[in-house]
Amino acid sequence: MAREDYEIVIGLEVHCELSTKTKIFCSCSTEFGGEPNTHCCPICMAMPGTLPVLNEKVVEYAVKAGLATNCSIEKNSKNDRKNYFYPDNPKSYQISQFDKPLCYDGHVTIETEDGEKEIRIERIHIEEDAGKLNHDEYGRGSFVDLNRAGVPLIEVVSKPDMRSAKEVESYMRKLKSIFEYIEISDCKMQEGSLRADVNVSVRKKGASEFGTRTEMKNMNSFRSIVRAIEYEAERQIEEIEAGNKITQETLRWDDVSGRTFSMRDKEDAQDYRYFPEPDLVALKVSDEYIENIRKSLPELPESRRKRYIEEYELTEKAANFVTGSKYYSILFEESIKVCNNPKTVGNLIMSDIARILNEREEEPEDLKFGGSELGELVILIDKGTISSAIAKKVLEELFNEVKMPSKIIEEKGWIQISDEGAIKEVVMKILENNPQSIVDYKAGKDRALGFLVGQAMKETRGKANPQMLNKMFLDELNK
Amino acid sequence: MAISKDEVIHIAKLACLNLSEQEIEGYTKDMQEILEFANRINKVNTDGLNETIAANEKCNVLRKDEVLNFANRELLLQNAPSQDEGMFRIPKVLN
Amino acid sequence: MELYEYTVHELVEMLEKGQTTSEEITKSYFDRIKEIDPKVKAYVSTLEDEAIAKAKKVDEDRKAGKPVSKFAGIPIGIKDNMCITGTKTTCSSKMLENFVAPYDATVIEKLNKEDLVYLGKLNMDEFAMGSSTEHSAFFPTKNPWDLDRVPGGSSGGSAAAVAADIAPWTLGSDTGGSIRQPASLCGVVGLKPTYGLVSRYGLVAFASSLDQIGPLTKDVTDAAMLLNLIAGHDEKDSTSIDLGEKDYTKALVNDVKGMRIGIPKEYLGEGINEEVKQAILDVAKKYEEMGAIVEDCSFEVGQYATSVYYIIADAEASSNLGRFDGIRYGYRSEKYDNLKDIYKNSRSEGFGPEVKRRIMIGTYVLSSGYYDAYYKKAQKVRTVIKNAYDELFGKYDLLLTPTSPTTAFKMGEKSNNPLEMYLADICTVPVNIGGVPAINVPCSLDSQGMPIGFQLIGKSFDEETILRAAYSYEQNTNFRQNKPTFKGGNS
Repeated sequence: MAREDYEIVIGLEVHCELSTKTKIFCSCSTEFGGEPNTHCCPICMAMPGTLPVLNEKVVEYAVKAGLATNCSIEKNSKNDRKNYFYPDNPKSYQISQFDKPLCYDGHVTIETEDGEKEIRIERIHIEEDAGKLNHDEYGRGSFVDLNRAGVPLIEVVSKPDMRSAKEVESYMRKLKSIFEYIEISDCKMQEGSLRADVNVSVRKKGASEFGTRTEMKNMNSFRSIVRAIEYEAERQIEEIEAGNKITQETLRWDDVSGRTFSMRDKEDAQDYRYFPEPDLVALKVSDEYIENIRKSLPELPESRRKRYIEEYELTEKAANFVTGSKYYSILFEESIKVCNNPKTVGNLIMSDIARILNEREEEPEDLKFGGSELGELVILIDKGTISSAIAKKVLEELFNEVKMPSKIIEEKGWIQISDEGAIKEVVMKILENNPQSIVDYKAGKDRALGFLVGQAMKETRGKANPQMLNKMFLDELNK
Repeated sequence: MAISKDEVIHIAKLACLNLSEQEIEGYTKDMQEILEFANRINKVNTDGLNETIAANEKCNVLRKDEVLNFANRELLLQNAPSQDEGMFRIPKVLN
Repeated sequence: MELYEYTVHELVEMLEKGQTTSEEITKSYFDRIKEIDPKVKAYVSTLEDEAIAKAKKVDEDRKAGKPVSKFAGIPIGIKDNMCITGTKTTCSSKMLENFVAPYDATVIEKLNKEDLVYLGKLNMDEFAMGSSTEHSAFFPTKNPWDLDRVPGGSSGGSAAAVAADIAPWTLGSDTGGSIRQPASLCGVVGLKPTYGLVSRYGLVAFASSLDQIGPLTKDVTDAAMLLNLIAGHDEKDSTSIDLGEKDYTKALVNDVKGMRIGIPKEYLGEGINEEVKQAILDVAKKYEEMGAIVEDCSFEVGQYATSVYYIIADAEASSNLGRFDGIRYGYRSEKYDNLKDIYKNSRSEGFGPEVKRRIMIGTYVLSSGYYDAYYKKAQKVRTVIKNAYDELFGKYDLLLTPTSPTTAFKMGEKSNNPLEMYLADICTVPVNIGGVPAINVPCSLDSQGMPIGFQLIGKSFDEETILRAAYSYEQNTNFRQNKPTFKGGNS
């Protein structure tokens, strides 16, 4: 059987660190980094006799996340203990939620080649993050740093609704942008504040039963998630084709070798012995509380998308792209305030800005310039002060140093030549130097015109107004 | 319901305890006795009753999100059996 | 009369009148400790230098006329499962033998505000698991009334210290009777407050939903005073209740006229020693004479409380004790070359047999396949027990029962049979399951000269009624004429 006879089935458990000031059960700072074990206290270090007290912001943020992903909110929620021994888990139990997650039964909509698709969310629950283990290369051992222990997390558990790495990426990007819009997390993947456990299985197309799944834990870049899924699906198919069974296990994706490895050490005898956390009390959420949070939610990507299409006449594609990131969307709205040209702004973001970010391996949140810069750039294009060729160069500059575009083109001397006389001069010079092209043109070879325009552009280092050049050459050639 | 030696060994594993042969013997017997005693609760009719979660009916005890740093790492590390560079040191674990 | 023989309320008066100083009191206690504690072995560690220094400081402030708390300079002993910054908190376990607390328990913060003087940390059953203090990893504590007998437990050190006059009062903790039962076996007053009345922050957890800190004292007045010092809402303990300011000494009124007292017949039946039974009936008669209305009643579901208790307490304990892994603090085995060994060997060598037994049972009842049959069912029966209390307290202000089915038993008598040991708690355990308050009041001696105590159980947060009834009994009787003899101890 061939690759395309199989269907890949993927479900995600996305962990998102909430951007509260303090940890979930103590008043230590959640700030990233810092000297080891300096954002710690007897509580998050699990000293004997200490007790947790729940941070109210954690509940608020989790409910926000739930409402923004169309979840129902559990009115009688509680916390539970998940018992397991590991050095990054100082109490030897993680306070999480078992049978009464704060949010349940939601969904988000993603855009795929074959249109919109709904990915169902089974539950969102609150829990505490683990500490960090540092390993030193001299093999002196491992070192436990508990700064991150107790940082609040929400875990978003999807149904196994995704069928390709691409869908997984757009689902993750969608969650990321939603959480950025509602400002519950900085979603910095490189800092691990957004990461996913990926469950992959394959089955013959049309099969009703799911295949045996494997889980890849703590994936924290879109790139590796996509690669890992493709690799793992491939591997599973080969196994099955070879007549082998897939064993349900936890795998580690290795970005360097581009392979997955089994993590047997963590496998043995997992029985988490969940039970209600007796050091905390019941969590009852009132309708009024929920409504107040609902009212406080900002406009979400979905409605922005529609609005951009209706109000600003963006194409589906552009609207999807621009609303795909809160940071794009902000840049877009600020820019059009300045230049009032949504189309061009949208296109610049979708094409050039995205391209440059990609080349620099950066994310939209890394953009340094804002609407005033991009807005002015578009005005300069519209006024014909610069050509779109120059505009691209200006953008490149903006990534290196934030300056007003007018200033950049002035300093670089990139202002477009639109002066009749000056352009005429260039045209005559080029014609003089290229008699053969004239002959060719007259002989009906239109390419000759393009060549001449190109020469003139070279001559003016791209500053000549292309429309004017064209027109003038034609006038001369058709004389 | 009788508890087997294998179960006792499994439970010891979950609890991260090393039990000697004779401890396993002893605990198997003790646990058997104690659990039989515990099983008496099945005589109580609890139909339609919820389980008690905490010993009192409080709810929604929440903390303001305000930073208060403990700021004394020494005090927190003073009991560490092995430490280095402000961290707890353990044998190498691959993750 | 020696200074160490006075109650705290007497000492407070003498300090106010300038008849003595904190230094004199503190020194008289350390002299007494040096003389008596080698026999009784109530203290795991003493804090003599710190205590004397603190006492001197308080005396100077008093002399200088600075505003000081009326309890300033009064000594106290603390069960060794409560954290005092910079001092060892061992829970009488090898696991924490060298653990120095990096913070103060909330009760300690409160006592610090009043400038009390810490005599030392008191012995207990390891991690409070036991009823005889024989499960201390260091040494057993002896009963001052007969050194061959146990003081009860787990707060055996706290009870023996008060009985032996080597502490004027002490703090203990009570999960299934650990204050009341030793108080009964040692002939002192011991109060288990309503769950949530006293903060648990800084009390090394045994069973989170059952643990409460409470006073062990020479008389009921001292119990009310110490309760005043430690009770109150604490933001660090989500389960602590805010009742606003309360003064429990206001409840010390010698009058029980019209008070309705129920005697659950189940606690005068089989399993209860005859002399104990008789003593309780005498107490009942006394209350009637004093004008209370005493009636028999039934608390049938109470018989299941001990089963519920060993499921819930051990389940919570198995999880609470997971943090003792040899990584951040506590005992680390010498024998390891990988992580698993650190865990397994440290825990196996650091915990004693009873603690391991409880961890095993607790892990078992929470493990997949058994959770519903044990833990979940137990939590439902717990609801039944709570409801039964509500019903009884609709009819009665108080319930009267023995505190312990027997008087102090001989060392080693039960230590080899866990289940039999567990039955020592049948009278006290239901109280923790219900979360209600209860007190032990000593009432008489048995034919062996060992103390018998009775238990008064009250409504949640109605410590006042308990204290009032206990105080009235005390005012109309004279148990405190009896003194421990320190007999035996040669075997």
